[in-house]
Amino acid sequence: MIELGPFPRHPLLVRVTHWLTAVSVGALVVSGIAILLAHPRLYWGEVGVVGMPSLLDLPLPFVLTGQTGWGRSLHFLAAWTIVLTGIVYVIGGVRRAHFQWPLYNTLQRRTYSVVVFVLLPLLIWTGLAMSPAITSVAPFIVRVLGGHQSARTIHFFVAAALATFVVGHVVMVVASGFNAHVGAMITGKLPARKGAA
Amino acid sequence: MSDRISRRTMLRSGLAAAAGISGLGAAAEIARRYGLIPPDHGGLYGIGETLTYGSHRVLMATHSMAREFSRQEISTIAPVNGDPPDSDEYQQLLAREFSAWRLVVDGLVTKPASFSLQDLRRLPPQSQITHQACEEGWSFIAEWTGLPLSTLLDLVQARPEARWVVFYPFDEFWDSIDMAEARHPQTLLAYGMNGGDLPAGHGAPLRLRVPRQLGYKSIKYLSRITLVDSLDRVENGKGSLSPDIGYSWYAGI
Repeated sequence: MIELGPFPRHPLLVRVTHWLTAVSVGALVVSGIAILLAHPRLYWGEVGVVGMPSLLDLPLPFVLTGQTGWGRSLHFLAAWTIVLTGIVYVIGGVRRAHFQWPLYNTLQRRTYSVVVFVLLPLLIWTGLAMSPAITSVAPFIVRVLGGHQSARTIHFFVAAALATFVVGHVVMVVASGFNAHVGAMITGKLPARKGAA
Repeated sequence: MSDRISRRTMLRSGLAAAAGISGLGAAAEIARRYGLIPPDHGGLYGIGETLTYGSHRVLMATHSMAREFSRQEISTIAPVNGDPPDSDEYQQLLAREFSAWRLVVDGLVTKPASFSLQDLRRLPPQSQITHQACEEGWSFIAEWTGLPLSTLLDLVQARPEARWVVFYPFDEFWDSIDMAEARHPQTLLAYGMNGGDLPAGHGAPLRLRVPRQLGYKSIKYLSRITLVDSLDRVENGKGSLSPDIGYSWYAGI
C-alpha cells in the first residue's frame, strides 16, 4: 500500500488535462480497434495487401461493416483533443516544474516520463506518417520509419504499450485506494484526514 | 489558501470568455474566407474534420508533393474495392471499349465541352508512380497515366468564381474536391495504369487520382465534371456521398 501522505493537491491544470486525456485515450482505443478490424494484419515497408507476406496476422476477424467511418471521425476528434490537451499540459508542467514529479517513486516517475515523452509523441508521429497529406509536406517522417505500412505497424505496437500502461495505472489506483486517488484527481483535495486536508 | 472567487476574478473571467467567443467568431469568418472549412463541418465530428482540413490547407499552402516511387517499387498486387457498375449504360460502354463514352465538363466554365477518350489521350500525358492507401489499412504502389485535371480546367476555361470541382461517376459515389486540390500538379484524370489501359475494376475509362488523399477520394468510372461556387445546393450539401455513409469528405487524414 502506498502511504497517502499530506501531499499537496493536484493543480487544476493537471486535473482537467488528466480527465480530458483519459476520455481521449478511451475514445482512441475504441476507435483504433474499429479501424484495425477492417484489416487486422500488419506489414513492414511501404505497401501491404492481402496476398502479400505480412509481418503479423492478428487473431481478429476482418470486419467491413462501415465501422471505420465513425472510427476515423472519432479517432481524429480524440486525437485533436489529446494533442491540444497535451500542449497545454506540457507548457503548464514546464512552467510549474511539474515533471520532477516529487511525490512519486522512481518507477512511477520513469513510467510517467516514458508515457508523456516517448509513447504519446511516437503515436502522434506514426499517426501523422500515415497521412498522405502530411507526408506530402514532410516526406521524411514516413521515410525514416521504413514506409507507410511500417508506420502503421509501429503505431499499433506503441498503442498497445500505452493501453498496457493504462491497465497498470488503473490497477495501481485501485490497489492503493481508489476513492482517495480518484477523488484527489477530481477535486484536487485528499479526503478529510486528521491533521491533513 | 482561500478558494473564494473574488469579484475581480469573476470580472476577468467574464471578459476573457467574451473575448474568446468573439475571437472564435472572427476566426470562423477568416477560415471561411480562406477555404479552411470542409463541407461536412457540422456536428461533433465536424470539429475534428474542420481542424484537420483547415490545418492541412495551411500546411500544404506552399510546397506539397505526394511521394513518388521508382518502377521497381510498383506493387505486383493492386486490389480493388467493389465491382464496376452493373448498369446497362456502363456495361454497354465497356463492351464497346468506351468508344461511345464522353466526359461532360460543365458548370462555372466559359466553354462547356465533352471529350471522347481519344480527345483526352491527345492531350499531353503525365505519369506518376504513387502510393495509394485504402482507408481500411492496406496500400499499394502503382503507375498512373493521364492528364492533369488542371489542363482540362484550362481547356474549358474555369471561371474564377468556381471553388469546387464535382465528379459524377457511373456508380453512386459522387464526390468533390476544392480548387487547391484540383489545381495541384499531381491531381490526374487517369486513363492508364502500370503501362496499360485502366482496367475496369480500377475505374475505366477514366478515374480521378488525388494522391494526397486516401484511395476512396480517387473517384472511378467518371462521367461528368461540374464546377460550382458552393456545395450547399449540390445533392446532400456535404460535398460527397461519403458523409451520408459515415466517411469524411476530406481524406487527407
